[in-house]
Amino acid sequence: MSAVRCIDLCKTYRQGDQDIKALDHVSLEIAAKGFVCLSAPSGGGKTTLLNAIGGLDIPDSGEVWVAGQRIDQLSKGALASLRLQQIGFVFQAYNLIPVLSARENVEFVMQVQGVSKDGRREKSTAILKEVGLAGLEDRRPAEMSGGQQQRVAVARAIVSKPALVLADEPTANLDSKTSDELMELFVELNEHHGTTFVIATHDRRVMGYAKRLIKMLDGRIVDDINQRAA
Amino acid sequence: MNYAGIIITLAWRNLWRNHRRTLIMVAAISVGAWAMIFMTSLMRGMVNDMLRDGIRVLPGHVQVHHAAYRDDPSVNNLLAMTAGEVSAAMTAAGIERFTARVRVPAIISSERESRGITFVGVDPRQEALLDAIGSAIVEGEALSGPDDKGVIIGQKLADKLDTRVGKRVVVMSQDPDNEVADRGFRVVGLYAANLAVQEETYAFAGREIVQAMLRIGDGVSEVAVSGDDYRDVSQLLAQVSALMDEQDEVLPWQELDAYLGTMLGVMDGFVLIWVIVIFLALSFGLVNTLVMAVFERVREIGLMLALGMRPSSILAQIIVESILLLVIGLSVGNALAFASIVPLQDGIDISIVAEGMEMFGASSVLYPELQMNDVVLANIVVLLLGFLASLSPAWRASRYEPVEAITKV
Repeated sequence: MSAVRCIDLCKTYRQGDQDIKALDHVSLEIAAKGFVCLSAPSGGGKTTLLNAIGGLDIPDSGEVWVAGQRIDQLSKGALASLRLQQIGFVFQAYNLIPVLSARENVEFVMQVQGVSKDGRREKSTAILKEVGLAGLEDRRPAEMSGGQQQRVAVARAIVSKPALVLADEPTANLDSKTSDELMELFVELNEHHGTTFVIATHDRRVMGYAKRLIKMLDGRIVDDINQRAA
Repeated sequence: MNYAGIIITLAWRNLWRNHRRTLIMVAAISVGAWAMIFMTSLMRGMVNDMLRDGIRVLPGHVQVHHAAYRDDPSVNNLLAMTAGEVSAAMTAAGIERFTARVRVPAIISSERESRGITFVGVDPRQEALLDAIGSAIVEGEALSGPDDKGVIIGQKLADKLDTRVGKRVVVMSQDPDNEVADRGFRVVGLYAANLAVQEETYAFAGREIVQAMLRIGDGVSEVAVSGDDYRDVSQLLAQVSALMDEQDEVLPWQELDAYLGTMLGVMDGFVLIWVIVIFLALSFGLVNTLVMAVFERVREIGLMLALGMRPSSILAQIIVESILLLVIGLSVGNALAFASIVPLQDGIDISIVAEGMEMFGASSVLYPELQMNDVVLANIVVLLLGFLASLSPAWRASRYEPVEAITKV
């Protein structure tokens, strides 16, 4: 079963007097355990596609399937439940809740899921250690560097072992060293936990880590490269 | 509990994120709550003082008169039962706080002046049980019994008559045959009342002496009975009605003195309006605080929605934040109100405006009266209206589209 399947997606935004085609008949299938990068220049449609896959945005037409379930017709509540249970998100910025500590941010999703306090504590401790943040559990986002914050966001995205992680420009605010560390973490999680990653980026270093690279331009897929084969 | 836990945690921490704004709002709510409770207690104290004085002049939560007495309070309109029969019936029914009075219009004359008064023949022992006017003797002594041959008058009346304790006065009225009935009395005591008009109006003498003067045997014109709470006299009214002659009129004090009865009802309504008006002033600040708090957190709210938090939880979070703010403000406000009312229990001297106060029946010393139902009402109104005021910003926050909110600049 595919992790993600998009069939003929279209999405148009109104910007001033102009209609912008963010998605123009996009069809795509991503296998489970895939590690895919969506690459496009700004305004190319990669974030819109990512949002459509994550149920954050509803396409004007077409179908979106995640883990065998069609999601473009689900209610807000059902979409919230899907995101909570099956998808992990890493956004470019403003990723963390500022009033919560690193541990509390990581535990946030689990707490909403209803995981017990002991269970949350055990998993958050382990995942923060895994992303190299042991000892920083009680720090608030404002007390951490950009790279550390992004690690916390990654930890939160993967802590409840979602089948799919969607990351939008996860390295945009990071230096190259931290970017590499983060991508190595993604690769490790993909290989050891079988998590499917879909990463929107225009960072060539990030693209280098992907098994599959999908290039977009003006809302259309213009290239789909299996990098392992290449 | 998990869900409630994260909602409360987020609401509490967000509340203190901009602690200066929160403290200003807490201060506003505290002052508002204090003003609600403190001012209500002052008004309640003033009105209750007026009510009690009104009842205490001639005490009795329930009073019995001849059916025509209220229109014509003359000696011809006596009760069907005599004082002895009333006493026997009340005692048999287990009622202890009652009194039977003779109460007629009369003229009192000293050597120099004459005045129209209400002349009341009382049994001082019975009146004492009702906390009657005799307890306010400021000069001389109280009447010793129903056969006491002295008279007690108010300080103001003594001034008007230019008389004093030990001097003689003459009281003149009519007997049942419309013949002049008069008698000389020695002034044995002066009483004080909060209202000058009371001191000028009522003169008290022994009931048996007054009965003899008016030639009415053991007849009485009024029976007064007191219960535990002047606000609720329905049970007492039914009990007394069952004992008295059907021809006589048994009425609660609210009907006997429509002004005082209405005042009690008006006061309850006024307290509610006062509380709501203060809250309305507060609500602008509250709504503004919440709107700003939501506006500053649009991206976070989008993030939480994107991560799978339900819109209803966002709604709950903003409402909990509002309730926490209100609870803190109310707690401080209640504490301030208690702290400022308790030291004033001995009364606030407002004699500087006493004459104006007396015009509508209030005394020159104001005793704040803290009633728990007023405190509860103020708190419930603030919480309930605060909840309603927070619905709009909370609803707006919960309606954000995550993808739009998360990219909001």
